[in-house]
Amino acid sequence: MPVRIALPKGRLLRKTAALLQKAGWGLDEYTSRISFYRPKSPEFPDLQIKVLHEKDIPIQLAVGNYDLGICSRDWVEELLVKYPSSALIKVRDLGYNQSVLCVVGKSNAQAETRIVSEYPNLAESFALKQRLGGFRIFPVWGAAEAYPPENAELALINVKSEAEMAGMTMVDRFLDSSAYLIANRDSWEQKDLGKIVESICRQIDSEEKPLALTGGSVEAVGQTLKPETDTIWIALPDGHQQQFTVDLLKCAGIQIDDYPSETGNRRPELKMAGVKVKVIRPQDMPQQVANGSFDLAITGRDWLREHLYQFPASPVHELLNLGFGKVRMVAVVSNEVPANDVAGLHQIIGAREKPLRVASEYIQIADRYVRENHLSPYRVIPTWGATEAFLPDDADLLIENTETGRTIARHNLKIIDTVFESTACLVGSKDIGITRAKRERIQTIVNKFKAAVEV
Amino acid sequence: MKVQRYKGTRDLAPQEMADFRRIEEIFRNYCLQYGYREVRTPLIEYLHLFTSVGTLTPGMLGKVYSFLDWDGWSGERVVLRPDGTIPVARFYIDNLKGLARLFYVANMFIFDETGKKNRERWQLGAELIGAGSPAADTELILLCQDILRKLGISGTTLKLSHAGFIKAMLGGLGLSAGEQHRVFDQILDGNAAALAGVRLSNPKLAETVFSLLNTQGKSAGFLRNLKSLLASELPAAMLPLDDFIRVTDLLDALGVQYEIDITSEAGFEYYTGLILQFFAGEDKLGGGGRYDDLIPAMGGKNIPASGFALYLDRLMSLAVKPAAENKAKRVLINIKSGEADAILQTFKLADALRGAGYIAELALDGQDLANFGWTIDVQGKPLCFIINNLINGRRFEAESAGGLLKILETENAGKNRPA
Repeated sequence: MPVRIALPKGRLLRKTAALLQKAGWGLDEYTSRISFYRPKSPEFPDLQIKVLHEKDIPIQLAVGNYDLGICSRDWVEELLVKYPSSALIKVRDLGYNQSVLCVVGKSNAQAETRIVSEYPNLAESFALKQRLGGFRIFPVWGAAEAYPPENAELALINVKSEAEMAGMTMVDRFLDSSAYLIANRDSWEQKDLGKIVESICRQIDSEEKPLALTGGSVEAVGQTLKPETDTIWIALPDGHQQQFTVDLLKCAGIQIDDYPSETGNRRPELKMAGVKVKVIRPQDMPQQVANGSFDLAITGRDWLREHLYQFPASPVHELLNLGFGKVRMVAVVSNEVPANDVAGLHQIIGAREKPLRVASEYIQIADRYVRENHLSPYRVIPTWGATEAFLPDDADLLIENTETGRTIARHNLKIIDTVFESTACLVGSKDIGITRAKRERIQTIVNKFKAAVEV
Repeated sequence: MKVQRYKGTRDLAPQEMADFRRIEEIFRNYCLQYGYREVRTPLIEYLHLFTSVGTLTPGMLGKVYSFLDWDGWSGERVVLRPDGTIPVARFYIDNLKGLARLFYVANMFIFDETGKKNRERWQLGAELIGAGSPAADTELILLCQDILRKLGISGTTLKLSHAGFIKAMLGGLGLSAGEQHRVFDQILDGNAAALAGVRLSNPKLAETVFSLLNTQGKSAGFLRNLKSLLASELPAAMLPLDDFIRVTDLLDALGVQYEIDITSEAGFEYYTGLILQFFAGEDKLGGGGRYDDLIPAMGGKNIPASGFALYLDRLMSLAVKPAAENKAKRVLINIKSGEADAILQTFKLADALRGAGYIAELALDGQDLANFGWTIDVQGKPLCFIINNLINGRRFEAESAGGLLKILETENAGKNRPA
């Protein structure tokens, strides 16, 4: 059995690539410029290398798809705190990409504490350890630092410097993190991984000093901000929808400063009285509108649908189709699979013993799709991006969005079905417990957007 | 793919269900006789009900089945009930006041990593809310003992501890509030060594406390010894010790045997006073205690309470099995003719037999005769019942259901007669 290793995309890529370069792996295709998921090493020709989103690596190792992996410690702990019996071993601290997982904001002694984090399991563990009587955890895809103090009391975030704490107080230094070499427990016990492990560990620099950050008293308790009853909060998207959004705002005659922001400012200023803006991930918007953190948000119909599939009683609904950002949600298999549609896939899985592995960033949409198409037995594998890398070895079917289909074709994959088409939309809440002034303000903005879309 | 049962759960087969119901019945009867009334709370509750200080220990909270349900957009997690007392306390706060004797039979869900222990656990619980006296604690102990005795479980041991006393000791050691909580939780999770490694400002007292954690007593006298030993050094322990002594005095007077064991694997942070546990050898059969602060902490009035729960799964494996079912009351009816009238008569006969207290089954495919005391062949025109006593081999005929019942009664009354 060849040895399989998962290497990280994203923030760890540059230093990991440098380390492996020094170790003589010769991975020319492991760079941030190319989205190539299977680099080859002339030094270890039998080694199977896969480049995955960092957050997926501990899970992929735990389920036994890889023997070794490099990722940052925070994601390992996020898995282990909830699933301590996972077949995962932390082999060695690689020392680079140091960061601190810290709780920022102000906890609320009297009322309920809302905690926002990309690390919901660790956030829950923090809340339980602190014996917070009432708490709510809001898992987010990113931008957790943008939420306190208005939309959450605390955020559990990963920072490299005090500047990244966005001016907030550190309530708890929860975990020191850095790049780690990890292994699947069974592989570690049974397979000879010696040469690979040695080649990586030989390159480790002497221990770096822990990051100096100040703060960290859990007693830091504050008063909850009184909600400004008439102010409207709008969530605008980060990422590639920003330019479309700028155009839309311009068309609607709404002026905005510092959006998109070169400095990563998540609170641009909207030139409208009583209206405030934050820039967050479109994935997180439906839930944030549902729980009243925002009154309006520009997100995608795909994420709205994902939210409503999970929470059918949610008060979020579409107010306006904005038309831009058109993508197709598609079902994708490897070109090697002899099926061109769902019926064909049905025939293939009917003859198999193993469940169909469905990888997707859209867990609820994927789950409903396979269920409604009776493609059972199946397992949905949640992913955090780079989903194309999972086929054909780590998954059998993807539910993905695509604009042109070119990325899919480039990775030797094919589309066998279109689940639905999605565009950007304006969402709001059906919740009627708001003031009249606020309702009127919301309606004014909706009307402006409506007029802009109809142009 | 083979359809599998969820890991850590069990099916209860008909015979196990019969055992389950018998134990439940004994428990219910005793509770009703003591004046307790049955309640049933939902399987699913909000998680926050269990997370505040004074509810479950972090060790237990790390193993609850919590998730976001259909309403989870609000961030509010729900949980499959991990404990019976807290939901009953919530029920009390919502619906009752004054003294309430309540009992329940319910399943609890606690994750077990190995998948070898049950993750679904049935409990028989009783809560005595609104009474703070040692007599109330004693009543619960006696109720528990009556049930165990009736189930025929011999050699049970009652172990007692006192949460107020443990807290007073930890307070006296100069631990910070946070450390006291942590160590108390660990002692409740069964870790007697939790104090080791903690920096103590009062090492002399610590030595006494360490040795106390490892000694056991068997009478109120032991507690009086402790009282005189600690009187000067740990005055805060006097009140809880007095309370502990009052209960043990009562138990001594009633001739109830017990052991005093300060460390206890109770797992519930809500205990404030007496902690009781029943064992059969190494097997813990159940436990409980006084939780005077729980109801006020949950937003209710300042109401004292105590309770216990017995673990039904353990009782099932230990309870004495009843004698085999009485076959003489089981009748199998064969339809010997396809005529509509004969079939109609068969159903009527079955109804008459059931009305007279028999278990009457119609013979269908694959019926095993081993379970029956009687078979009856129903013949059509003219109507005739041929009766076979499978216990003694005798055979009878009857022309009416009434005549048939008389024969069954006469035969069963003298069933020991040789054939």
